[in-house]
Amino acid sequence: MDNLAERVKRASLADTQFTRSVIGPGHTHSTVTDKISSIVLERGTPKGWWIGLFVASFGVSILIASIGYLLARGVGVWGINVPVGWGFAIINLVWWIGIGHAGTLISAILLLLRQEWRTSINRFAEAMTLFAVCCAGIFPLLHVGRPWLAYWLLPYPNTMGTWPQFRSPLEWDVFAISTYATVSLLFWYVGLIPDLATMRDRATSPALKVIYGIGAMGWRGAARHWERYETAYLLLAGLATPLVVSVHTVVSYDFAVSVIPGWHATIFPPYFVAGAIYSGFAMVLTLAIPIRAFYGLKDFITARHLENMAKVILATGLIVAYGYAMEAFFAWYSANPYEKGMFVQRTSGPYGNAYWALILCNVLIPQLLWLRKVRATPWMLFAIALVVNVGMWLERYVIVITLHRDFLPSSWGRYTPTIWDWGLYLGTIGLFFFLLLLFVRFLPMISIFEMRTLVPKSQRLQQRLEEFEDGTSEP
Amino acid sequence: MSATPKRPKFPVYGYLAEFDGDARLLEAVRAARAKGYSVMEAYTPLPMEEIAHELGYKNRLPWIVLGGAIVGALVGYGMQYYASVISYPMNVGGRPLHSWPSFIVITFETTILFAAISAVLGMFALNGLPQPYHPVFNVPSFELASRNRFFLMILSRDPRFDMQETQEFLAGLGPVSLAGVDH
Repeated sequence: MDNLAERVKRASLADTQFTRSVIGPGHTHSTVTDKISSIVLERGTPKGWWIGLFVASFGVSILIASIGYLLARGVGVWGINVPVGWGFAIINLVWWIGIGHAGTLISAILLLLRQEWRTSINRFAEAMTLFAVCCAGIFPLLHVGRPWLAYWLLPYPNTMGTWPQFRSPLEWDVFAISTYATVSLLFWYVGLIPDLATMRDRATSPALKVIYGIGAMGWRGAARHWERYETAYLLLAGLATPLVVSVHTVVSYDFAVSVIPGWHATIFPPYFVAGAIYSGFAMVLTLAIPIRAFYGLKDFITARHLENMAKVILATGLIVAYGYAMEAFFAWYSANPYEKGMFVQRTSGPYGNAYWALILCNVLIPQLLWLRKVRATPWMLFAIALVVNVGMWLERYVIVITLHRDFLPSSWGRYTPTIWDWGLYLGTIGLFFFLLLLFVRFLPMISIFEMRTLVPKSQRLQQRLEEFEDGTSEP
Repeated sequence: MSATPKRPKFPVYGYLAEFDGDARLLEAVRAARAKGYSVMEAYTPLPMEEIAHELGYKNRLPWIVLGGAIVGALVGYGMQYYASVISYPMNVGGRPLHSWPSFIVITFETTILFAAISAVLGMFALNGLPQPYHPVFNVPSFELASRNRFFLMILSRDPRFDMQETQEFLAGLGPVSLAGVDH
């Protein structure tokens, strides 16, 4: 196989077809199946996985400790106070939800647009969505103060004779995020069913056969079933597409429907959605680059995938930059002294550094992606993806922190996160990687049945490779 | 629900022929159709539109999803209307109780939610899943149906089915293997 990699490398210097392909040459239905399923079934547990799980478990312990202390003492252990009532809880909610959006975008919108390059990255991008939504959900649940009463947010007939306030964006959030979590889970599970059947049939241990068999629900690949399956999958994609746009729009309403200067702006929904896709793709790259190197999946997650994701990051990054520019423009053009004051405070007030760091991370550094060399070099892409992740966190920080100075100087204050804020945040990062590691160990991280549809492409590429070598080997 | 199951007419559920390529399977399906067989099923490791087309399946799933979406919209809006206007009217500065623009977001979300759930449950129900047992799993080589092999089964329910003739017909299509499927 190494030999093949060398041959492809040599061929790709002369013919861009080889770097532009979404799959390596020479794959058949059986090699695709065996290669992906063997990661779970045959290759055993690599040492690196255990190290990763150990570190992630440490993060989960921090999470449990932070939640435990919070429940014992109340939200006063956080840095939130009267002008800045939201703090880390909302920053991290928005950050995680945004990260999740790339998974839905890849699996749904790119499916509808018939983008073949989505095929090898959609499964773990969807898993990423689910886990990110789990992490996101923790924050508002704890932020309500008495999480054991969080079910009061749901409309149900109750002895108190009350209903939730359906006119509040915070209640819209409950519906948007819970719908999003449910639909993402359904989409992910439906996508997994044929692959679980493959795992059932490939597993050698009877216990695994039963476990995967239960998940596969008796799937047997009947043409009649495929027909309805494809319809269901396509309809789910069609439903998830407006949903994903609505979720971050609703999240942005949490801010935009208020009357706080700097928040009450019509640019918020589109710019939040673009920012979500921006940060989500950055997270997909952050995960895909190490995973493809670690598990030797460069045939399936090719240079083309990385380059395309880099282009999406560049495009959505420019939309986000436009959003920042418009915020500045509104502050000036509205001639509203509070809007203007907000912008002056944001750029040169006590938290001005955060604003400029955000501009550096989200607007300036990603411009390097214009260079083909950067898009083609995995470690550079990885570094930029990390910078974007940080930048998008800073963006939410800057927006939420706007609360510290509003209309009346007498109500101004400061916000400093405490160790418990950081603990909860780091803890959710630990939880995210913990779940992700379990996922790559126990489930096929690339959609096997969809990769099978790319086999003819791989065969054509193999043919081309052979033709190319025949052409060059002759004097 | 009957107490005693009907005694099957034939000792096999059907004949299962295994092919090593999608083109081969498609040819076989066409040949079987030409021969007059109608009760058959193809098994493939990846979705193949041509085969579904060849077998002439009707798909009612989109209607179920549309129904789910309409119910979701009515439930979502109805719930908010009932809660805000009838059950718990709250006068905030004389603003209208039936403030429909602010009900749109949740109506949209419940529409999507109900439609998505009906897409998944509808697909399961129409496909008869979960179905832990199916006779076709009795054939050992059927394990490859989820890897790289393509199968065609002619069921013994088919009016043209004949133990001898059907087996010979399938064998003539050049399958990798051919097996009788136990009930």
